[in-house]
Amino acid sequence: MDFRFDIFFQALTNPALQQGAKETVLLTIVAMIFGLALGLFVALMRDSASRLLRGFAWIYVWFFRGVPTLVLLLIVWSGLPQLFPAFSDKWFSQFFAASIALSLNEAAYASEIFRSGLLAVDEGQRVAARALGLAPRKVFSRVILPQVVRVTIPPLSNDLITMLKLTSLAAFISERELLANTRTAVALNFRSMEYYLAAAVYYLVMVSILMIVQAWIERRFRWTSHREKGRGGLIRQLAPMR
Amino acid sequence: MTDPVSDPVHDQHKVGHLLDAALLHEQVAAESAGATELVLEASEVHKRYGRTEVLRGVSFGVKRGDVKAILGPSGSGKSTLLRCLALLEPVDAGEVRLDGRRIGVKGASGGMVTPLPERLLAKQRSDIGMVFQRFNLFPHLTALGNVMLGLVEVRGRKKAEAHEIAEQMLIRVGLGERKQFYPSELSGGQQQRVAIARALVMNPKVMLFDEPTSALDPELVGEVLAVMEELAREGMTMVVVTHEMEFARRAANGVLMMDAGVVLEEGTPDEIFTRPQNERTKRFVEALA
Repeated sequence: MDFRFDIFFQALTNPALQQGAKETVLLTIVAMIFGLALGLFVALMRDSASRLLRGFAWIYVWFFRGVPTLVLLLIVWSGLPQLFPAFSDKWFSQFFAASIALSLNEAAYASEIFRSGLLAVDEGQRVAARALGLAPRKVFSRVILPQVVRVTIPPLSNDLITMLKLTSLAAFISERELLANTRTAVALNFRSMEYYLAAAVYYLVMVSILMIVQAWIERRFRWTSHREKGRGGLIRQLAPMR
Repeated sequence: MTDPVSDPVHDQHKVGHLLDAALLHEQVAAESAGATELVLEASEVHKRYGRTEVLRGVSFGVKRGDVKAILGPSGSGKSTLLRCLALLEPVDAGEVRLDGRRIGVKGASGGMVTPLPERLLAKQRSDIGMVFQRFNLFPHLTALGNVMLGLVEVRGRKKAEAHEIAEQMLIRVGLGERKQFYPSELSGGQQQRVAIARALVMNPKVMLFDEPTSALDPELVGEVLAVMEELAREGMTMVVVTHEMEFARRAANGVLMMDAGVVLEEGTPDEIFTRPQNERTKRFVEALA
C-alpha cells in the first residue's frame, strides 16, 4: 500500500486546490442564479395560455434535459466560436462558457420543480386570496409564492448539490476549477490517490455546508409557533451521514 | 400543560360582540333611511361550465340585516351561486347588485357589458366577505397574519394598526389566545372561526358562507354556529349555504330551496320546514330531519 499521509495533508492545504474550490463555488452560484431565474420563466411559460409559449417551453425542457451536460458544455465552448467568430474573442472565457451551459441545463430541471411547486398549492388558496380582495400580483407574491418556495426547497437543494458536482465537468474545457487544478497537480507529482482524495474532501465539505444551509432554510419555512420542539431539519439531513 | 389545539368549550365562552359599534351605528342609520333596501341582489343569473348549465336564471335578494339560508341537494348550484355573488366567477347572463349598484362588469347601462379586469374586481370583492367549506386559511401565516393580510394588502393599513384591529377581531371570535398559532396547529372549528374573522375584519357589506360547517367534526360545529348566530344577532347581512336546519330555524329569516340550478321555493324557515309547498322541497327537508 502506497499512501502517504504527509502528501495527503499537503494536498489538502495546496493553494491551487483552494483556488480551484473558490472557482467551483463561484461557478455554482452563477449557474444556479441564472438557471433558477430562467427555470421560473420556463415554468410559467409551460402553464401559459399561449400555445406557442407552451410549445417553446416543452421543447426547451426536452432539449436541455436530454442532451448530456458535458456535450452541452463542448457545444457552447467549442461549437459556438466555429459558428460565430465573436465567440473566439477573449471575453468568451471558459468560466463564461461553463456558466452558460450549466445555467441552460439547470433551467430545464428547475422549471419542472417550479411547475410541480405551483401545482402543489391548493386551488382554494388562490380563491381565498382573490375573495379577500387581493390584487392579482399580491395573490401571487403574498399567498402562492411562499407556498411554492416551501415545497421546492428540498428538490432545489438537491439541484444545488448536483450543480456543485457538475461544475467538475468544466475541467474538460480547461476551466480552472477544483478538478482541473487537482489534475494539474497530479500531472506534476503523480500522487493520484492523495490528491483526488483531497479534492473529494473539498467537495464533501462544500456539500455539507450546503446541507446545513438547507436545513436552516427549511426550519424557517416550518410554519409552526414553537420552532424549538421536535426533530429539526438539520438532524434529519445529517442522519444519512452518520 | 394542556393540549394547545383543542379547547373548544373554553373558547366558546369568549365569543363577544362581533361587529364594531361604529359599523352597527352606520347600519342602523342606513336602515332608518330605507328599511326594505336590498344589500345584495341577484337577478336572472345564468352560469354554465362547458355544456352543463349550473345556474338557470336565479333571482333573490337580501335586505340589510337579513340572514338568508340556502338549502338544496349537492349539484343544485348553491356553491356556484355563492361564487358568482362573491365575484369569483363571472356570470354568463343576469345581474348581481351590491347596495343597488351593479358589480362585476363595466359599461352597465345600455351599451356592451364586459367583465371588469381582475384588478378592479379585486376592489369590489373586498366589500363582500366569503367563508369557505374547507376554511382555506393561508398556511404560511399565523391566525393573526391571516386576519391582518387583507387589512395591510387591500385596505393599506399600517402593520401596527392592522395588528391591533386583527387582534381585537380574534378576541371577538374567541381566539385571542391562539393568535400566534399557525392553521396546522388549530382545530377545524378554530380554523373556521379565524376564517370568519379574516372576512369580517374587512367590514364587508354582506357575508357569504359556503357550507361553513360541512367539513367539521360534529363536536366542532357548535362553536362555529355560535359565532355565526352572534353575528346574525348583531345585524350582519348574511347568505348561508347550509344543511344545518336548526341553525336556519334559529338564525335565518328567509330560506331558499334550490334544485337543478333554479330556486324551487322561498319562504320563512317555518314555511319551508313545516309546510313546504313543493314536493321536492318536502322530500329534501324530510331527509335532512
